[in-house]
Amino acid sequence: MRHIISILIENESGALSRVAGLFSARGYNIESLTVAPTEDETLSRMTLVTWGDENIIEQITKQLNKLIDVVKLIDLAEAVHIERELMMIKIKTTDETREEIKRMSDIFRGKIIDVAANSYVVEITGPSDKLDAFIAAIDDGSIIEVVRSGPTGISRGENGLRL
Amino acid sequence: MELNGAQILVQSLKDEGVEFLFGYPGGAVLHLYDALFHQQDIKHILVRHEQGATHAADGYARATGKPGVVLVTSGPGATNAVTGIATAHLDSIPMVVISGQVPTPVIGSDAFQEVDMVGITRPCVKHNFLVKDVNKLAETVKKAFHVATTGRPGPVVIDIPKDITDPNIKVPYKYPRKVSMRSYNPVVKGHKKQIRKAVDLLLSAKKPMIYSGGGVILGEAHKQLIEFTRLLGYPITNTLMGLGAYPATDKQFVGMLGMHGTYEANMSMHESDVIIAIGARFDDRVTGKLDEFCPYAKIIHIDVDPASIAKNVMVDVPIVGEVKPVLETMIEMINEDEKRPDKKALVKWWEQIAKWQALDSLAYDRNSDLIKPQYVIEQLYEVTKGNAFVTSDVGQHQMYAAQFYHFDKPRRWINSGGLGTMGFGLPAAIGVKLAHPKSDVACVTGEASIQMCIQELSTALQYKTPVKIVNLNNRYMGMVRQWQEFTYESRYSHSYMDTIPDFVKLAEAYGHVGMRIEKPEDVRSAFEEAFAMKDRTVFMDFMTDRTENVYPMIEAGKAHHEMRLRVPPGTPVDRELA
Repeated sequence: MRHIISILIENESGALSRVAGLFSARGYNIESLTVAPTEDETLSRMTLVTWGDENIIEQITKQLNKLIDVVKLIDLAEAVHIERELMMIKIKTTDETREEIKRMSDIFRGKIIDVAANSYVVEITGPSDKLDAFIAAIDDGSIIEVVRSGPTGISRGENGLRL
Repeated sequence: MELNGAQILVQSLKDEGVEFLFGYPGGAVLHLYDALFHQQDIKHILVRHEQGATHAADGYARATGKPGVVLVTSGPGATNAVTGIATAHLDSIPMVVISGQVPTPVIGSDAFQEVDMVGITRPCVKHNFLVKDVNKLAETVKKAFHVATTGRPGPVVIDIPKDITDPNIKVPYKYPRKVSMRSYNPVVKGHKKQIRKAVDLLLSAKKPMIYSGGGVILGEAHKQLIEFTRLLGYPITNTLMGLGAYPATDKQFVGMLGMHGTYEANMSMHESDVIIAIGARFDDRVTGKLDEFCPYAKIIHIDVDPASIAKNVMVDVPIVGEVKPVLETMIEMINEDEKRPDKKALVKWWEQIAKWQALDSLAYDRNSDLIKPQYVIEQLYEVTKGNAFVTSDVGQHQMYAAQFYHFDKPRRWINSGGLGTMGFGLPAAIGVKLAHPKSDVACVTGEASIQMCIQELSTALQYKTPVKIVNLNNRYMGMVRQWQEFTYESRYSHSYMDTIPDFVKLAEAYGHVGMRIEKPEDVRSAFEEAFAMKDRTVFMDFMTDRTENVYPMIEAGKAHHEMRLRVPPGTPVDRELA
């Protein structure tokens, strides 16, 4: 099963490699990993998407907790939560396709953020499967480049992952 | 008080109460060595190879419970230390390793003797630090010792760039008394409800087993373990790492379990209905085939490391906490409980165990004309009256020592259990002897293992650490040979050496006493003579039976009840090699 794990970790050099190294050393799956500082500059927040059966996920969270730099973590998949991912996609355009791409982008509530003679860059935010759906809706041959941030997530309600 | 970085490090170690520093100088740590020159409190032990420094510090730590401390230079000094760090890591030994690093401005430029020590050691330390500011040096040292010695202990590396120890940059020094880390708060006491559940389960058992490991020794809980075990009257087995936590000569002790454990220990595990694992981690050498591990048992597991619980084996009652307070609470609860262990069932259970014991799975041919390695260990045990500290290397000799030297006290059996590091024994013995100068220290080894760190014979002379080396010389990498005999139709691929040095001359060349023993009847007198030489390191080269194997054995992929027992002595298979 897919799990999305949110981690508060000391904002120190090498912290990211400790997490990444743990996954490769123990043979855990890692689908995506995003990291950025939080409002408290001594802390970074990491969002990590992984999959595995219950036992593996339990081991993953235990091993992550064991890392000295990890302050706190939660498995967002255990409760209701919101996930968002940002995608920028560069698409070849011609006079015939421009209108269609604009319409498609509107349907997905995307924004065209760059217009060039023969291309658009569309920005879309949403759950990962929505981004997948957009890619599927665009003709393969016209995609020049896809950049995705990897999902980040937050729990619903007033409780939060904080110190 | 204003001090420079080098002085801060040395003063911090003093404030931490460090007695010995095992190290080897080099470019990146010269400022530190200069600071060491000006003081007498910390005794520096100059090894001959950095691997020796880590093993010696490790041996010291295992024998005392105090952290071992190592100082090495950058680059090759640091990488040479890695095997010893990994050894300590797998056995959860508290250790602080200080490595020099190239100056901060040139880090990342492939400078002379530069390696990314923090990166290299990341997977084999409990934690590591790169010091980037001299003002944070003392605090970092404090944190390193705190992390290394609390919770589940382990090695911590502090990588210090040369400019941080610059003698010309002085900053105020104050060694922090306490340290708190928001991200590191190991659990001490176990959850009461869980402990209650465990006690209920234990008292309802018909075929109980106590399975205890190295955590009992690390957690200084041997007294509680003994009280707990005697209170219940249940059989107990120890892992390789746990030997000595429960007296091996006690009648409730059924021997070591696992791959080369006794038949009775493994069969009892297999048939048991309630197992309590105390400070043990269900290592693959203990469990054998996981699918068939203890099929009838409900399992209680006490461990200070939550990640150890349910890692390999699913447990019914997990208890996260230090072994000592958890056992204390358990003892209290059992004493207060009206329910008593089921006496009738227990009598039956002990009768069954006695039947397994009657098989005498450790028996060997006592009438052989050749020196049997088991006999050597038995004699070592008798001559030292079971009081020696015994270190070992890795292989057959290690298993013979574990099986035939009956450890009644903790911290006496010092071996590389998890990583299985050949070369560990001799430097570890030096570390042990420094910690316990009045005690007998023996290093049980083989002619292959001993050569991996033999240069430390020179260290043993310099620091007058008279250890007794018991070399079980079978002219083979015995354990490799045994596996090749069992699973590769006796194709002994590269498991023997044609050019083994004359160890007697070698010992003498290093300034020690060398002895070669070739007949069984000379074994005992050799030990008596060697241990009478209190102030000399003696290298005893025992020419043992080349064909001897370690029995019993759970072969790879087999379960506890499928042990391979010894072939009756004198049969063709047993003699094939001779």
